[in-house]
Amino acid sequence: MLMLIAYIALVTFVVGFGWRLWTYWLAPAPLKIPTTPAPVSKSGVAWRLFTEVAFFNSLFKGNKWTWVGGYAFHAALLLVALRHLRYFVPVPEVFSHMQIFGILAGLIMVGALGFLLVRRWYVPRTRHISSLADYGMLLLLLAIGGSGLLMTFCVRPDIVSIKEAMTGWITFQGFKTPEDALFVLHFLLVLLLLAIFPFSKLMHLGGIFFSPTRNQVDNPREERHVNPWAGN
Amino acid sequence: MAGMKPYPAAEKHMTPMGFPPARVENWQEKGVEKMGEMLKKYRSLQVFMDICVKCGSCTDKCHYYIGTGDPNNMPVQRAELMRKVYRRYFTPAGKILPGVVKAEEFDEKVLQEWVTYFHQCSQCRRCSVFCPYGIDTAEVTMAAREIMDSIGVGHKYSTEIIGKVHTLGNNLGIPAPALKSTLQFLEDDILDNTGHEVRLPLDEPGAEVMLVPPSADFFSEPHIQSLIGYAKVFHQAGISFTISSFASEAANFGMFIGSYDHKRKIAKRIADKARELKVKRIVVGECGHAWRVAYSFWNTLNGPFDFLDPRYPAPQHICEFTHDLLQRGALTLDKEANDPYVVTFHDSCNVARASRMGPNPGGQFEIPRELIKASCNRFVEMDEETIREKTFCCGGGGGLLTDELMDLRIKGVLPRVTALKQVMKKDGVNFLALICAICKAQFTKVLPMYKIPMETVGGVHQLVSNAIVLGAKKGIV
Ligand code: SF4
Ligand code: SF4
Repeated sequence: MLMLIAYIALVTFVVGFGWRLWTYWLAPAPLKIPTTPAPVSKSGVAWRLFTEVAFFNSLFKGNKWTWVGGYAFHAALLLVALRHLRYFVPVPEVFSHMQIFGILAGLIMVGALGFLLVRRWYVPRTRHISSLADYGMLLLLLAIGGSGLLMTFCVRPDIVSIKEAMTGWITFQGFKTPEDALFVLHFLLVLLLLAIFPFSKLMHLGGIFFSPTRNQVDNPREERHVNPWAGN
Repeated sequence: MAGMKPYPAAEKHMTPMGFPPARVENWQEKGVEKMGEMLKKYRSLQVFMDICVKCGSCTDKCHYYIGTGDPNNMPVQRAELMRKVYRRYFTPAGKILPGVVKAEEFDEKVLQEWVTYFHQCSQCRRCSVFCPYGIDTAEVTMAAREIMDSIGVGHKYSTEIIGKVHTLGNNLGIPAPALKSTLQFLEDDILDNTGHEVRLPLDEPGAEVMLVPPSADFFSEPHIQSLIGYAKVFHQAGISFTISSFASEAANFGMFIGSYDHKRKIAKRIADKARELKVKRIVVGECGHAWRVAYSFWNTLNGPFDFLDPRYPAPQHICEFTHDLLQRGALTLDKEANDPYVVTFHDSCNVARASRMGPNPGGQFEIPRELIKASCNRFVEMDEETIREKTFCCGGGGGLLTDELMDLRIKGVLPRVTALKQVMKKDGVNFLALICAICKAQFTKVLPMYKIPMETVGGVHQLVSNAIVLGAKKGIV
């Protein structure tokens, strides 16, 4: 049963994510609309996007507290994800010495999510713009992080059987459901996240690269930009 | 509230534009259908509908929110007015769980919200600077206005003006003979004041440059002072130019209503006239959104401009033009002529955040400042959170420069007034230099409400006009 759910979620994620990106790809950008001052070369644009993704430049300009919370969460999430790699694929020896960073990151991640949740509720402006889905997303991530931390610090599950199951799952060889209840909960929540990903605001992950105000080169006079649907 | 809602367009405005004369019967269905069409035509719209994470970074960045305190003027919330409809009809989540994701039907209440709040956005793009994904609410506003026009719900001001451009060639509806006599009158005026025969030619084929100013430059104060400034620069540099009566308007309200076709048609008459008059360069006057359209869109809309002299950018901004001459030593400026003034500069949104001048990013900030500094002795900057890419809108852009929205305009100018008052008090600033016709009109009207004299407002080329030494001819070196 879990296996079936796991595959449905995985496929939903992959197909859904691809479908959204495909939709963005298909929609043309009829005009040049970079938010200026903007880079005048392609490499400049690559750098602009890199700084947005790696440092959240614009958010930093906009709101320091949200930047702190958002950046801490995303950076920690990245480390946590890297730490989880070992459950899916063989990883080099050095990684096992760096587990401590991954564990620390788990704590930071949950802390940052808590901060973002409180902020969303507490600041009247963000409360006004929030829907149940926005809170739900934070709660889901918190539950995932929380159950993960519980397994790290309190109830250690049987890593070997989990690793087997995970490897089997992503290589499409089927898997034997691990017994551990906490793990199953953790895993189910992640599956839920994967399944709703393409239908939610989480699409910002792929969407940012398609944002014309950030990904266009500011060279309309030098190079003629053609609108595919204008017929000239 | 009075002064916060646009007047609806009537049949006589809508029909010539190719829009339905009144609200169509099945407007809900048609509106949603149009939205679907636009999602496929504009990547910006599609992506911006999907990826907002409601981080809140933009919430306090809009001058209309700061001025009115109305939560629907937070950029994200403004976009949400469209997003909630988008979710209802175009996303699985909105179809299945409308309550959870805040999805709503496109009904009368929502339409009225659209009419109100998509006419409380001046498309200034300030929000897009601070959004981690560059979500530009101006794009959403443009799309909303296009959808509304398509179901027969138009805004009188913009549609009326576009009608005038199509028939008479400019926003003010000035016919060619009236323009001719105005220009002659101005020539006489300059002769009286300076003793120099500075020309303002109309429809003269074979001139080197076609000058396309905003039409307010012909009739309004202080705009006229900049027009005189441009003419003096041409005169002094010995470069022939002409204005075209049918292309006597740089403004392009097609952008404000989000209509690609009108934008293109309005821009096309300028390209056509440039060909017809056989000019080698096109120079655009002091007008913010006009410069955005010219700089960013002309080449796409009506290009290529390969009939122009390739040694110069096509089109060229009047500030680039004057700056270039100054650097080549063709002009002599006497800064002392502006000694009565302590000057500050207001970056106009469309120039600052939607275009460029010169070869380098940010040239749109530096070039006008260099012109000002070359023309006067005392220049100070306003609070840096309110200039350059973070500049605040004058409150009258984006097709809102109309009397029925006066309350909104007075509230929207607040952040700019606050920064201006600071430097007035601290540094004795008494001249607010500008390169936008809408800003000039808006400021002269609303600054007096804040006890700032309207004479404080003027163009960058007004300063150049005061400082330029006529007759000290050096020519281009
Ligand atoms: S800054 Fe961008 S992502 Fe954040 S709430 Fe505003 S529009 Fe949404
Ligand atoms: S474009 Fe300007 S006016 Fe419109 S929502 Fe953004 S900040 Fe406000």
